[in-house]
Amino acid sequence: MSPSSDLRAEIDRIYREEYGRVVASLARRFGDLDIAEDTAGEALLTAIERWPVDGIPPNPGGWLTTTAGNRAIDRIRRESLRDTKHQAALMISDDTPHESTGPVEDDRLRLVFTCCHPALAPEARVALTLRLLGGLTVEEIARAFFVPETTMAQRITRAKAKVKAAHIPYRVPDSGDVTDRLGGVLAVIYLVFNEGYLAGGGDDPVRADLTTEAIRLGRILHQLLPDEGEVAGLLALMLLTEARRTARFAGGELVTLDEQNRGGWDRTLIAEGHTLVRERLSRVAATSARAGPYQIMAAINAVHTDTNDARDTDWTQIVALYDQLYAVTPTPVVALNRAVAVAELDGPDVALAIVDALALAGYHAWHVTRADLLRRLGRSTEARAEYDTAIAATQNPAETAYLTRRRAHLVGPDA
Amino acid sequence: MTQYMLSVHSSSSDYDKTFEEMQPTFEAVDAYNQQLIADGSWVYAGGLERIEAATTVDGTGQDVIVTDGPFLETKEYLGGFWVIEAPDLDAALKIAAGASKACQGKVEVRPFQSE
Repeated sequence: MSPSSDLRAEIDRIYREEYGRVVASLARRFGDLDIAEDTAGEALLTAIERWPVDGIPPNPGGWLTTTAGNRAIDRIRRESLRDTKHQAALMISDDTPHESTGPVEDDRLRLVFTCCHPALAPEARVALTLRLLGGLTVEEIARAFFVPETTMAQRITRAKAKVKAAHIPYRVPDSGDVTDRLGGVLAVIYLVFNEGYLAGGGDDPVRADLTTEAIRLGRILHQLLPDEGEVAGLLALMLLTEARRTARFAGGELVTLDEQNRGGWDRTLIAEGHTLVRERLSRVAATSARAGPYQIMAAINAVHTDTNDARDTDWTQIVALYDQLYAVTPTPVVALNRAVAVAELDGPDVALAIVDALALAGYHAWHVTRADLLRRLGRSTEARAEYDTAIAATQNPAETAYLTRRRAHLVGPDA
Repeated sequence: MTQYMLSVHSSSSDYDKTFEEMQPTFEAVDAYNQQLIADGSWVYAGGLERIEAATTVDGTGQDVIVTDGPFLETKEYLGGFWVIEAPDLDAALKIAAGASKACQGKVEVRPFQSE
């Protein structure tokens, strides 16, 4: 008897939500990512068979972990008896409950430090984290990074093989090493957040589960490392961005910051973000340390979210913060974002001159920015061409709708 | 526990240094080796003579062929190595960091295949 499509969708949803926890728990217990992944997949197949008959269990994550664990034991028994000591260790029954008991014991935190290990290439770390913790499919990850699926599959396979062959351990680093290992972890978490925040394509423009997961990991890190400025900075940045999520979309279309209904912002997240930013600003001032990029980006978002009306935005402060950000990370993308703020202070023509000097042709946000500035300058023909380029470059349907509307509202060609 | 090879690559210019120039490094490596023995990480270690001392033997065919020189002519080649035992890669990397500092060279960490 095959399940109804509603029940199947529910099972898929639960599986997706629980995937990271299940894999992390299995990885810790069996010390093998392939076993963790394969048996998690087998548990799903069993769930698809059993749950329509028996009903969805009260603790579906626990059920999946237990079922997968049993499969793993079966598999280890079936495999050759080459390493009997190893097998004996695995036969020890594990009574650890599915729910973690505290931040240090959180299996997912262990897994994130493993996936972000410096012995793995940077792109491998991101792919592994998105696959094992985010639960994205290989196809989705491939799309997010504009590589063929086979390339991404190979990347993940090789990364797991390295973890196994080199014996990269499944644990949170010692307190002496955590600070060093953190930069890599933060970069990956931010990438996961961005993937969820504005996905490269697909049916749902925003995958709330990924942003929630990134924030969850950020919160745990912050609890564990309360004195690490960039951890607090990244968390604040994600909170202040996530707070605006529902207001970013209306009628299947992207709504830019200046047009958002600010009543739709999540005030709790904004308050939490502002507290973190204030704390960090006073710490940086007290120790005259230099604020890192995440803290500065969080501060920029704090200024944006400080007013209920877009017209009251303190652009002077925002440009000053972008100057600071550029000093720390002098990249063309930062210069581009700074130019958007400069447009509000000094006008679109000044901003356009900055933007035109940047070597970002092919970067779709550059074309979007140029389109908008040209539109404001009444240079409609050029604006139309840039909107066309931007529309062709994005796979996000909400953004396509927004750009199409802007393009349609352009008045006749310039003189 | 896993065994790892920590290998150091050298070039001829390294071997051309005088004993006086190399003495601090020899002492640092000696001291580090003593520490590894005390820690229980030590399996084996040694420095290799320069590449000109190498001879290559090919016994794959009918006759055994002996040739003067290394397997591959490269600018840099294996100069020495440690074999250590460590519970995981993090522990091996820590040992490698100390080894790298002692011998003043980059150290490649590679696990042995398990039986």
